[in-house]
Amino acid sequence: MGDFQTHEHDVLVIGAGGAGLRAAIEAAGDCSVGLVCKSLLGKAHTVMAEGGVAAAMANVDERDGWETHFADTMRGGQYLNNPMMAELHAKEAPARVHELEEWGALFDRTRDGRILQRNFGGHAYPRLAHVGDRTGLEMIRTLQDHGIHQGLEVYMECTVIELLKDGDRVVGAFGYDRERGRFRLFKAKSIVLATGGVGRAFKVTSNSWEYTGDGHSLAYHAGADLLDMEFIQFHPTGMVWPPSVRGILVTEGVRGEGGILTNSEGKRFMFDDIPELYKDSTADTPEEGWRYVTGDKEARRPPELLTRDHVARCILKEVSEGRGSPHGGAFLDIAWIKEKFANSEEHIKKKLPSMYHQFKQLANLDITKEPMEVGPTTHYVMGGVRVDAETQMSTVSGLFAAGEVAAGLHGANRLGGNSLSDLLVFGKRAGEYAAKFAQENGGGKIDDAEVDALAKAALEPLERDGDGENPYEIQRELQEMMQDKVGIIREDGLMKEAIDDIAKLAERATQATAHGNREYNPGWHTALDLKCLLTVSEASARAALERRESRGAQTRNDFPDKDPDDWGQHNLLLRKGADGAMEVDKVPVVPQTEQQKKIIEDNQ
Amino acid sequence: MAKVDFKIWRGDAKGGGYQDFSTDVTEGMVVLDSVHQIQAESANDLACRWNCKAGKCGSCSAEVNGHPRLMCMMRMDEVLAETPKGAPVTIQPMKAFPVVKDLVTDVSSNFEIKKKIKPFKPRKPDAEDGTWRMVQEDVDRVQEFRKCIECFLCQDVCHVLREHSLHDEFIGPRFLVYAAALEMHPLDTEDRTTELKNAHGIGYCNITKCCTNVCPEHITITDNAIIPLKERVVDKHYDPLGKLWRWIHGTEKEANDQQ
Repeated sequence: MGDFQTHEHDVLVIGAGGAGLRAAIEAAGDCSVGLVCKSLLGKAHTVMAEGGVAAAMANVDERDGWETHFADTMRGGQYLNNPMMAELHAKEAPARVHELEEWGALFDRTRDGRILQRNFGGHAYPRLAHVGDRTGLEMIRTLQDHGIHQGLEVYMECTVIELLKDGDRVVGAFGYDRERGRFRLFKAKSIVLATGGVGRAFKVTSNSWEYTGDGHSLAYHAGADLLDMEFIQFHPTGMVWPPSVRGILVTEGVRGEGGILTNSEGKRFMFDDIPELYKDSTADTPEEGWRYVTGDKEARRPPELLTRDHVARCILKEVSEGRGSPHGGAFLDIAWIKEKFANSEEHIKKKLPSMYHQFKQLANLDITKEPMEVGPTTHYVMGGVRVDAETQMSTVSGLFAAGEVAAGLHGANRLGGNSLSDLLVFGKRAGEYAAKFAQENGGGKIDDAEVDALAKAALEPLERDGDGENPYEIQRELQEMMQDKVGIIREDGLMKEAIDDIAKLAERATQATAHGNREYNPGWHTALDLKCLLTVSEASARAALERRESRGAQTRNDFPDKDPDDWGQHNLLLRKGADGAMEVDKVPVVPQTEQQKKIIEDNQ
Repeated sequence: MAKVDFKIWRGDAKGGGYQDFSTDVTEGMVVLDSVHQIQAESANDLACRWNCKAGKCGSCSAEVNGHPRLMCMMRMDEVLAETPKGAPVTIQPMKAFPVVKDLVTDVSSNFEIKKKIKPFKPRKPDAEDGTWRMVQEDVDRVQEFRKCIECFLCQDVCHVLREHSLHDEFIGPRFLVYAAALEMHPLDTEDRTTELKNAHGIGYCNITKCCTNVCPEHITITDNAIIPLKERVVDKHYDPLGKLWRWIHGTEKEANDQQ
């Protein structure tokens, strides 16, 4: 066997955003825990989360409770969610938020000194605990600062490229450190994947370079089932101008604070199309909408706060029908609230400080005075590794997944704020059960020959010595293709083309070449990331092609309606077949219990 | 669209120098976009750290035209406006940290420093359900410090570290802000003044405010964090009346034990 740095832990956590850190902290009690992160500690994509963490603490509206949160999550997910996960999530989120406070997090406060909660799309009551518009940073920093005192071994700037198995269970992981390019072999009794999402498969995205679907791909190639990969959330409000910042997120919090969407004719178009499912809970007039965002409990929410999939489609419709903003989006206006109160500029800066700076710095625009231009951006993947609701174990023994990389909680569409709570609730559970698994099962055997072969293959891009495909070019072509063919609006022909294109790009990726040496070489890293990007792209394209209906984040031109009897009762599962080809399987949704059915009915 | 010339430092711990590049700059591009474009077009192995590209993660710190900055938040039109006509835009790694490769530096010392600062220790919960009550005004003060994205530009620009390399004796502005956030946290019960005075070297800071000027999150590092901390240290360790008071009330021993 080659000369690798070998590390041995009871539990290995891959990914150090909110879910990974929470899992590692939980597992660290009785276990030796290794925490691998692709970037420096504390830089993971969780820092980008802006709006807040959803938890039915009922600090602002006493009518809230876990039942309503559960029902809202199921409705938002168009009932394709795993109801058990949605229930656990709604029940446990408040305790997970309070725990953060115990570890030093400082959320904004209510007048009586409790954690303040704000309105967000799809949530019946003000439910998002927040810190201005930098809640994710507060969360990751709290977990990081607590975590470093729990005895974790942290491997920064390290990328895992393969999971290692002994028979049916995982026993380790193989990767490299980015700084020196040395290979690292991790032996572990159980592994938690917490690698986030797949946004880098698309051209316009709010996601950072890290979001190349590593965990999805690692799990898939290790034989685990993936679920719901057709459901990719396009957040309705990303920046659209200037071009270099296209896709950067504009928090839903802008709308939660009273921001309105208008078209080039100055019309507030969201009132024109309100889905049946939300008719009764949506304001009839702008005046009622304003009362809602300013805390009137009798008022119903403005249509800007409908679910993300719907708002994104409405913006696209305005653009395609010629009523878009100059750079192909819609106007998002928070400055208008100056009509309502005197110190609106200070209020906006206080409530939305990051947004204020982001636009000032990157677009030279003052959001307290002018409207922003926004349009849909690839934001989140609802699909991921199929896991057991309680333990978060995948279909591969000893392999767990939590956070964005896991599927089930969000169904066909995720509600804003449910991601941060997902990370905490299921990060904790994954850590707890991974530790338990490690204690109950000994270590397995690593296949040395396999590891040698992996190392050899990983070095191939460098050995081609510049004589092959530019990995950046393959990545760029994949992103453009996915944006055009498996983007927000989908149809049969384009997706079939996409699957062919992916196969061709995969072939070219085998010839990807990197100049230079192994030390901090982004060209080499990009070449190695391609496998993951291509795997998740194929999974999304195949599942989206198979689901012949429009539901949640999936919108099809050729099947514009929901199909409640058939597709509304099924999830799509993807797994690697015996011949190495990707198989798609239609499976019934996890049934709701009688109690869950009643809660959903009561909260209609 | 216009071609812009760049001089980018390339090399590793053993040494290196500036290399010339040229790339098209279009409306709205930031420095990081230019670096990425150069990377994709002509220097695949050009090393630079980045993540969010929105000024929220603090990964892409470097020195642009000699100024420590986040590359993702620095617009090219602003950079060009300050660059002398005909001269290239220069980009180099942060000077106060050892170079790993090209624009990437070894910032691991920062993670070690943080571990040495006593962690948060909350008072007992205020309510029976295990939760606390805090007023927004008290939270505001600390929230300013918690905006920190750990870009380490303040560490880079601090002359105690940059010019005098006193990394072993002085924790630097980032960690004084971190300590201030803990010390002023409404729930925290720990006392860190002894360490601040001794091991953490707060006395080295002579309040030149370079750190405040460079902070991309506009944290008033010197006035709001460091000076109040210095005052706490003075109150605790140099105030004879305070010492007498603690002696009378029997708490002097604790203060001595901590030293």
